[in-house]
Amino acid sequence: MTFLKSLTTAAAALALSASAAFAQDDPVKVGFIYVGPIGDYGWSYQHDQGRLAVEEHFGDAVETTFIESVPEGDAERAIRQLAQSGHDLIFTTSFGYMTPTNRVAAQFPDVKFEHATGYQRNTPNVSTYSGRFYEGRVVQGTIAGRVTESNVIGYIASFPIPEVIRGINASYLAAKEVNPDVEMKVVWVYTWFDPAKEADATNALIEQGADVIMQHTDSTAPLTIAEEQGVYGFGQASDMLDFGPTARLSSIIDDWAPYYIARTQAVIDGTWESQDTWHGIDEGMTSIGSFNPALPAEIRKEALDVTIAVATGKRHAFTGPINKQDGSVWLAEGETADDLTLLGMDFYVEGIEGAVPN
Amino acid sequence: MDPVALIASLIVAATPLVLAATGELIAEKSGVLNLGVEGMMIIGAICGFIGAVTTGSPVFGFISGALGGALVSMTFGVLTQVFLSNQVATGLALTLFGLGLSALLGQQYTGLRPPSTDQLFPTVLSDLPVIGRIVFSHDWMVYTALLLTGAVWWFLNKSRGGLILRAVGESHVAAHALGYPVVLIRLAAIAFGGALAGLGGAYLSLVRVPQWNEGMTAGIGWIALAIVVFASWKPGRVILGAWLFGGVTILQLNLQAMGVNIPTAYLSMTPYLMTIIVLVIMSSDRNRAALNAPASLGRVFHASG
Repeated sequence: MTFLKSLTTAAAALALSASAAFAQDDPVKVGFIYVGPIGDYGWSYQHDQGRLAVEEHFGDAVETTFIESVPEGDAERAIRQLAQSGHDLIFTTSFGYMTPTNRVAAQFPDVKFEHATGYQRNTPNVSTYSGRFYEGRVVQGTIAGRVTESNVIGYIASFPIPEVIRGINASYLAAKEVNPDVEMKVVWVYTWFDPAKEADATNALIEQGADVIMQHTDSTAPLTIAEEQGVYGFGQASDMLDFGPTARLSSIIDDWAPYYIARTQAVIDGTWESQDTWHGIDEGMTSIGSFNPALPAEIRKEALDVTIAVATGKRHAFTGPINKQDGSVWLAEGETADDLTLLGMDFYVEGIEGAVPN
Repeated sequence: MDPVALIASLIVAATPLVLAATGELIAEKSGVLNLGVEGMMIIGAICGFIGAVTTGSPVFGFISGALGGALVSMTFGVLTQVFLSNQVATGLALTLFGLGLSALLGQQYTGLRPPSTDQLFPTVLSDLPVIGRIVFSHDWMVYTALLLTGAVWWFLNKSRGGLILRAVGESHVAAHALGYPVVLIRLAAIAFGGALAGLGGAYLSLVRVPQWNEGMTAGIGWIALAIVVFASWKPGRVILGAWLFGGVTILQLNLQAMGVNIPTAYLSMTPYLMTIIVLVIMSSDRNRAALNAPASLGRVFHASG
C-alpha cells in the first residue's frame, strides 16, 4: 500500500515539475509552527524533517517558513503572523495550539490550516491530523514488560490530555500482557520540552526502582540519563539512536513527510478539504525504529510480531476485557475501543497506580 | 521516601540557579538590569559543551562556558553602557540572540557525550551515611558555585571594591562625581554576571542533562532573575532561593514517582507565586532601601550630565 502511494506521489511530482516549468505562478507558501526548537531531535525535529521533505519534493513551486519554540499560551500571535504574511497552508504542530488555530482560521477563510493532534475543526478551512502513537506504545510496552527486572516501568508524561493518557494505558496493557507483575510509575512534568526537568524526572523514577523509562516529552534527555544510569529507554517521536546506543530498546518515529507533501499537493491542485486524519503503523505515520541488537532474539521476534499484528489490525491496543482504574467495566471480552472513546480518554485502566491529574 | 537522595538531587538541580542568580546579583548591584540571563546561559551551555568535548576536560569546558557567557554579555554591555540603549529591550534581545547563536554553534554537537565531571571528595567520605550523600557526593562544580556565592557576599559586604560597586548601583551620579569610572565598573559587573550565567549553563550541558540540546535552558534563566528579586539582592538568600525553587521541582517529581497523590500543577506553580508575592511586598513598601534594591537599577548613565 505504502509502495503504491509513493508511486502515485512520484507520478504527481513528475506532473508537477513539468507544469512548474511552464507556469510562472507564485510559489505556494507553507508555514509551520513548532512548540520546541527544531534541534530537539524529537517531536519538533521530526515535523521539520517533514517540512524539508516538502521543500525537496516541490522545489521552487513551494516556499516554506517555520517558527520554532512557540509557547502554547502565546501561539495565536505566531499563527496570525504566518496567516497575514501570505501563507496558503499553515501546519500548527502542538495540541495546545488547537484553540488559537481555530480562532485565527475563522478570521482568514482563504488560508488552509492543519492542526496536529487536535480534534476541533470549527471552520471548513481547518483540518486535523495525528499519528496513532498508541500503536507504537503496544510494541514498546511489550519490550519493556519483557526486559524489566525490577518490574517497574517509569513513564515521563507531559500534560494530562487524552493522547498522553492513551499512551500510558496502551503501554501498561501491553507490558502487563507479557509480564503480569509489572508496575507503572507515572511522573507528570507539565512541559513538552525541558531537558533539565525531564532529566530530573528520569532520575526520580530510577531512584524509585524503574529500570525501563518511557517518555512522552520531546527532548532526548531521558534517554541520555537512562544510558548514563545503566537502565533502558526508548526513542520518542524520532529515532534518537545516538543518544542512548546501549539504553535505547526501540523507538516510535513520527513520519509526517508523506502527509505534508500530500496536503501541499492538495492546495496546489485546489482539492484541499477539511478532514481528519489519524494514521498508524499501517500507513506509516507512526513507525517503529530498529530494535536494540542486544535484545534476545525471541524478544525481538515477539516485538516484530506485535508490530505486524497491530499494523494489520489483528491486534488492537485496547481489546477487552479491560476495566477502568476504579474497577468498572470499560470493554467486555473481545470488544475493542472505538476512536471516539480513544480521542477523549481521560482515565487510567485498572492496575495503574495514582490518579490522572485534572 | 528517602530524604537524603532528595536533598542530594536538590543541590545538583539548584546549582545552575545559584550560579546564574549570583552573577545577575552583581550586575544588578552595579545598577544594571540584564534580562539576558537565559541567553547568556545557553551560550555558556554550548561553549562549555564544545570546550569539554573537544579537549576532553570538564575544567576547560567550564572555563570556556564562563568565557562564552562573559563575551556575549559584552554585546549587552557595549550597547547599554556605551551606546546607552534601553536595558530591558537590550536584555531581551540578548536572550533571543543567545538562543539563536547557540543553535548555530551547536549544530555539530548533538548526540555527543561530554566527559564526566569528577566528584570532589574521595569515596571514603561520600560513602558515609546520610552526610556523605548530602554533603560529599557532589562534583566539584557544586562546591565552586557555593564558594563563588560566598566570595560575592564577602566582596559586597567586606571589601572596598564592593562598596564602590554598590555606590555605583545606588547613585551613579554621586559615584561619578567622586571620580569612579561608572561605565567601566558596570562593564566589569556585566561581564562577571555573564561569566557566572555561562558557568550555570555549562553545568546544565555538562552535568545535569549531560548533552547538548537546542534551547535546553528552557526558561531557567528567568527563574534565576526571579531568585535575585526573591533574595532581595542578598547572596545568602540567593542560595536559599535557588534551593527552594530547585527543591520544589525535585520534590514534586519525586513525590509523583513515589506514587504520592499531590496536585502537581500547583506545586510547579509555587516558585512563581512566591516571586510574585515577594514582588508585591516589595513594591508596596515605600522604604525600598530596606529591601536592598539598588536605587539606580536599570537607569541610563551619561557622564556629560
